[in-house]
Amino acid sequence: MNERANLLLELADDELILGWRDSEWTGIAPFLEEDVAFSSIAQNEIGHARALYELAARDLGTDADSLAFDRAPEDYRCTPLVELRRLEWARTIARHWLYETADAIRLEALKASGDPEVAGLAAKMDREEIYHRMHAEMWVERLLATDEGRGRLEEAVHELWPYALGVLDDGLRPGFEAIVRERLPFELPDVEPVPRGRHEVELEGLLEEMTMVRRSAPAGAQW
Amino acid sequence: MIFEVFRQERKGQGFVHGGSFHAPNREFADAYAREFYARRQESVALWVVPREEIMEIDEFPDEFDLKYRRVDGYSIKARLKEARERAGKPPS
Repeated sequence: MNERANLLLELADDELILGWRDSEWTGIAPFLEEDVAFSSIAQNEIGHARALYELAARDLGTDADSLAFDRAPEDYRCTPLVELRRLEWARTIARHWLYETADAIRLEALKASGDPEVAGLAAKMDREEIYHRMHAEMWVERLLATDEGRGRLEEAVHELWPYALGVLDDGLRPGFEAIVRERLPFELPDVEPVPRGRHEVELEGLLEEMTMVRRSAPAGAQW
Repeated sequence: MIFEVFRQERKGQGFVHGGSFHAPNREFADAYAREFYARRQESVALWVVPREEIMEIDEFPDEFDLKYRRVDGYSIKARLKEARERAGKPPS
């Protein structure tokens, strides 16, 4: 697989799996307004995944659905951060903010790419991600405003920190780490990142559920 | 905090009340207003107003029945008829 397809799949898998995890809040988010807003963010992420898979599929001579749904669990390249299933609001917000912060750095780098298709798609995604970042930042601000919120956020970020460090490669990670340490008013330990390529046990359950409908019909069926 | 939303469907048109939602502050209100009233390109602009900032006026006493002040309060039909009769038939 060429380097570009590999990079596109990493990004696409991150967005698809995170979109799926975020969509698990649909109907049960803490309040109605947030339910709608967070579901909408989940849809955006899956939309980004689709555009990325389409570009990768052209390089690989396949189609977006096959890439999204037909690979073996060990072939997914998503970062373990997005695979975690916690369904707890502080952890959801912590992951959302950590991921969006890392993603902003990655998109910035991709926008400067010499490959016009990759740079163009990154710019297009970034125009939506701006609102995701605003949303994540608002929540962090809100949690930090009270002792209870701050305590919950701190606990969540501590749990997710090694995972968050695994989103970006060695080149981009220091920039990410600096931003997070600067923004959050609590200490974070020096830990080893959870590397991409390793998978959490709950990924399998997610893929099982996500591909259920597709597996129920013969390949190539039209919906 | 409850926010009321007024939406404009096309440039130049007036803003029409769209609905309301809860948000803890203006930043959240901005995000939620976009999601609820502009996500499907159904608005070109929004006014998002904290409900408590809206001054509501709903009592308009008219104790002395000065109905001639109202648009429909002054009937000219009878006067017009009278004037026509006074003037007689117009010359043919």
